[in-house]
Amino acid sequence: MNIDWNHFTPWLSLWGGLLLGIASSAFILLNGRILGISGILGGLLSPQKGDVSWRVSFFLGMMAAPWIFNGLVPLNTMEAPRIDSGFIAIAFAGVLVGFGTRYGSGCTSGHGVCGLSRLSPRSLLATLTFMLSGFLMVFVLNHLF
Amino acid sequence: MKHRLSEFLVGLLFGLGLMLSGMTDPGKVIGFLDVLGNWDPSLAFVMGGAICVGFFAFALAKKKTTNFLGGALQLPQNKQIDKPLILGSLLFGAGWGLAGFCPGPAVVSMSSGQIKAALFVFFMLIGMFLFEAFEKIQKTKLRSHE
Repeated sequence: MNIDWNHFTPWLSLWGGLLLGIASSAFILLNGRILGISGILGGLLSPQKGDVSWRVSFFLGMMAAPWIFNGLVPLNTMEAPRIDSGFIAIAFAGVLVGFGTRYGSGCTSGHGVCGLSRLSPRSLLATLTFMLSGFLMVFVLNHLF
Repeated sequence: MKHRLSEFLVGLLFGLGLMLSGMTDPGKVIGFLDVLGNWDPSLAFVMGGAICVGFFAFALAKKKTTNFLGGALQLPQNKQIDKPLILGSLLFGAGWGLAGFCPGPAVVSMSSGQIKAALFVFFMLIGMFLFEAFEKIQKTKLRSHE
């Protein structure tokens, strides 16, 4: 194992993680719901009466984040995102993530952050499974091809 | 109205957290998943930070049936470890490793004008629609067996 010190950002990641924890905590305590992106988005695809506006409000807030962020944080202090995958890989990955998160009832936020925080064995297993699957995919792509 | 405002602000805070933490950088996500290569452990700190706060909130939430704005408090009741949980998570992880995007960061990156993130979100929605169709077929099958 070799640590990539050039890209390692423990403090920024920790502060960001604390914000994610505060948001998830606020959501369950104020709005009474699990903050799980795939579930919130997926519920919009088969809309039920009275179950739409809260999802839309949440997404509008999330989509406002880049504009506020770029105002608060000078652009040069953050690294530009590296999106190296090609268009076909991105499209294929999108379908896998969309189907998989709905089939498995959650993603990194619902199972990862909220599920582990509430000590759910189901979410722990889901998190270990998608992390292992991600490790394997990256291993295959980076080291076998 | 207070609910709508609260959801908007929570969404905003969550989006800011994703950006600050590095989750919106697919290179960082793939660096984290590349344990046997040039490993970037940063995202473990994201998870650690989030759970440090979330743990206390959910401990409190478990003791309550209503939220602080006066509505229901809904915690998942499903405790079953089943095939969909595992298979779904396997598929999700494969896609996550392939592109470095999970749902939240993809939506945020799309909003910051990344074309590839927009493409990802478009195909993610197709995947979610496929799931809706798949679920309907499953339910019809179950009914025809009865």
